[in-house]
Amino acid sequence: MTPTRPRVLVAMSGGVDSSVAAALAVEAGWDVTGVHLKLAETPAHLQVQGKGCCTLADADDARRVAGTLGIPFYVWDMAEEFRRAVVDDFADEYAGGRTPNPCARCNERVKVVGLLARARTLGFDALATGHYARVEGGRLYRAADRAKDQSYVLYMLGPAELDHLRLPLGRMTKPEVRATAVRLGLRTAAKPESFDVCFVPDGDTAGWLERRLGRRPGQVVDTDGQVLGSHQGAYRYTVGQRRGLGIATATPRYVLRVEPAAARVVVGERAELAIRTVALERVSATDGRGPRPGHARVRLRAHGQEAGCQVVPLGNRVRLDLDEPVAAVAPGQAAVLYDGDLVLGGGTVAATVPAASSPGG
Amino acid sequence: MPYLDYAASAPLRAEALAAMLPLLQRPTANPSSQHGPGRAARVAVETAREQVAALVGAAPGEVVFTSGGTEADNLAVKGAVLARPEGARQLVCSAVEHHAVLDAAAWAEADAGARVALAPVDPAGRVDLKRLAGLLEPGRTALVAVMAANNEVGTGQPAAAAAGLAHAAGAVLLCDAVQAAGLPGVDVGRDGIDLLALAAHKLGGPTGVGALVVRTGASLRPLLHGGGQERGLRSGTLPAAAIAGFGAAAAAALAEREASGFGAALGALRDRLLAGLRALEPGLAVNGDPADPGRSTGAPPWGSPDPSAAGLPGLLSVRFPGRRAEDLLLLLDRQGVACSAGSACASGAVTPSHVLLAMGRDPAEARETLRFSLGHASTEADVDAAVAAVRGALEVLAPQEAAG
Repeated sequence: MTPTRPRVLVAMSGGVDSSVAAALAVEAGWDVTGVHLKLAETPAHLQVQGKGCCTLADADDARRVAGTLGIPFYVWDMAEEFRRAVVDDFADEYAGGRTPNPCARCNERVKVVGLLARARTLGFDALATGHYARVEGGRLYRAADRAKDQSYVLYMLGPAELDHLRLPLGRMTKPEVRATAVRLGLRTAAKPESFDVCFVPDGDTAGWLERRLGRRPGQVVDTDGQVLGSHQGAYRYTVGQRRGLGIATATPRYVLRVEPAAARVVVGERAELAIRTVALERVSATDGRGPRPGHARVRLRAHGQEAGCQVVPLGNRVRLDLDEPVAAVAPGQAAVLYDGDLVLGGGTVAATVPAASSPGG
Repeated sequence: MPYLDYAASAPLRAEALAAMLPLLQRPTANPSSQHGPGRAARVAVETAREQVAALVGAAPGEVVFTSGGTEADNLAVKGAVLARPEGARQLVCSAVEHHAVLDAAAWAEADAGARVALAPVDPAGRVDLKRLAGLLEPGRTALVAVMAANNEVGTGQPAAAAAGLAHAAGAVLLCDAVQAAGLPGVDVGRDGIDLLALAAHKLGGPTGVGALVVRTGASLRPLLHGGGQERGLRSGTLPAAAIAGFGAAAAAALAEREASGFGAALGALRDRLLAGLRALEPGLAVNGDPADPGRSTGAPPWGSPDPSAAGLPGLLSVRFPGRRAEDLLLLLDRQGVACSAGSACASGAVTPSHVLLAMGRDPAEARETLRFSLGHASTEADVDAAVAAVRGALEVLAPQEAAG
């Protein structure tokens, strides 16, 4: 019997990365089908000039690339799932005083895990995406291009997903990806990078949140409770933020905590941002076996520095005792654990303990 | 490849291609030119005009060629609104009109001082004439839009009765006959239709050409200005080859309608498809009117004996409970079978159809609908292949049920 070609669904956003991922999947000899997810609910005619993800132009670009590659192509409307799982969650998290990672959330609920389940239902052997990370031997690793590495937003994948996920760009650098796009004549070769949150195309997250949540004025206070100023909504502030506090002090002040119930933003000195202990919730491990105690490296934001830590499992939570203090860790962010290039897993930051106070509180 | 998407676009008929080729190969084909090749193109255009007029019982001079059904609907709606003084620009449309009508009406409301009222439909998708009558404002209503048969579910509409109501209110009736012009057919004289929209490619002609039949007495403002072609109602060089293809397709469609048995045979194919699908999915639900006289062989006549109210014999809109139309479409496409889901947005995604929502389906149900449409070249083999492909698709999706 001749071996059958694996049937692979490729998520095509219309950007250069997923375009090249699709092209490499075809070159690999797989039986490839492209799908573009319509995630925005904005009427199409308002999106034509839009930036960010999921515009009409992006769907057209993805379709043209699929046509160039000669693969079947579909557009699936997952706007409702996206709104419920990602957009509403984004607003809810900020309203609760946390700093969400919508890309991780989207991968968890829509783009990777959700789409993979649907692909499997439709008889596909695997899902391929344009993420920069590697899947080898059923484990998740950082991308070869460390500057582009996106393993941080994929940490929640387990063996059930990783066994059926293909990341063709994992060993490539961005210039190589662009060169491949040029070589194959893909029209997305020179497309600019997308930044920001795709459903906040103008990048004004505070304005977006204000339209959605309304003004919720309150006070800016120091750690002693002394009022230093006022604000229009605690959701406008993130731990570590310095700009936009609207207060005049001798030394710079930083957001230490956001207390939405009291409509209070607590600020303090830079040194007070230092965190020694982090508690994680919604913890997962890429090997599916749960977090194990021991030493690891942890990344606490997408483009932040990494720190060594001791992993201390506590039931369905995990405590991380950091080797050295890390500044400005916001509840709601993803914390991703690594052993070298191997992604061990991670969770969502539930609480932090400042280096200045005693741990365990 | 089994093609069951005639309502989206019918395959080009051999007669249409044969009529087009000589015109495409000529040195020039501007029908307005005062020389031999120009006159030859003009002859082809006027022949086609007669063929198109004959299809719908119109006079050749009433046929205004357009770029397609969308332009015909736009010209009718916007042209009728602009021909009326402000204050007399009310529009009444059935809720299941094509977007070319509804969106043109929305434009007129936003930008031309019109007001739009939508007439609801019953669960089969047939417009409620009582409610429609209640929306008319005698002296102020400019246009009533009731299509001949719906493009998504196939339900025939009482266009003749609507025309009577429109006329009594001093309004003109626009009937979008893009789907119904071949079968069951329309007759502008019999049905009292003032404006009738047609598209060549739904009849087996080329895309890019259609017509608005403008009956004497209906006053319209043109939307395109220029050389004054088509009685000044639609400027622009006439695409002689495309129009010739349109005429040939219209003639072939008329011959089919008049040939005894073609309509019944198409209805029988549709019934064969429905029976095959029912055997696979007992929970299958048919959208539209299953007892429509134009659609099912041997079915008792539905409601009034209005011959204009017959539906599309070759169209079958069905709901697969618990299945996403998107998923079924992919699995059918994989097996080489072409059909369509309810409706698609600009990005190509399947969105809940306004027709199904107007019929009382909820958005989730609307996303479970597939539309199969048959036509001039459809065969039993096509139908059987489609049924086999649906069986295959349901088999792929089956484990999901076992697991869930």
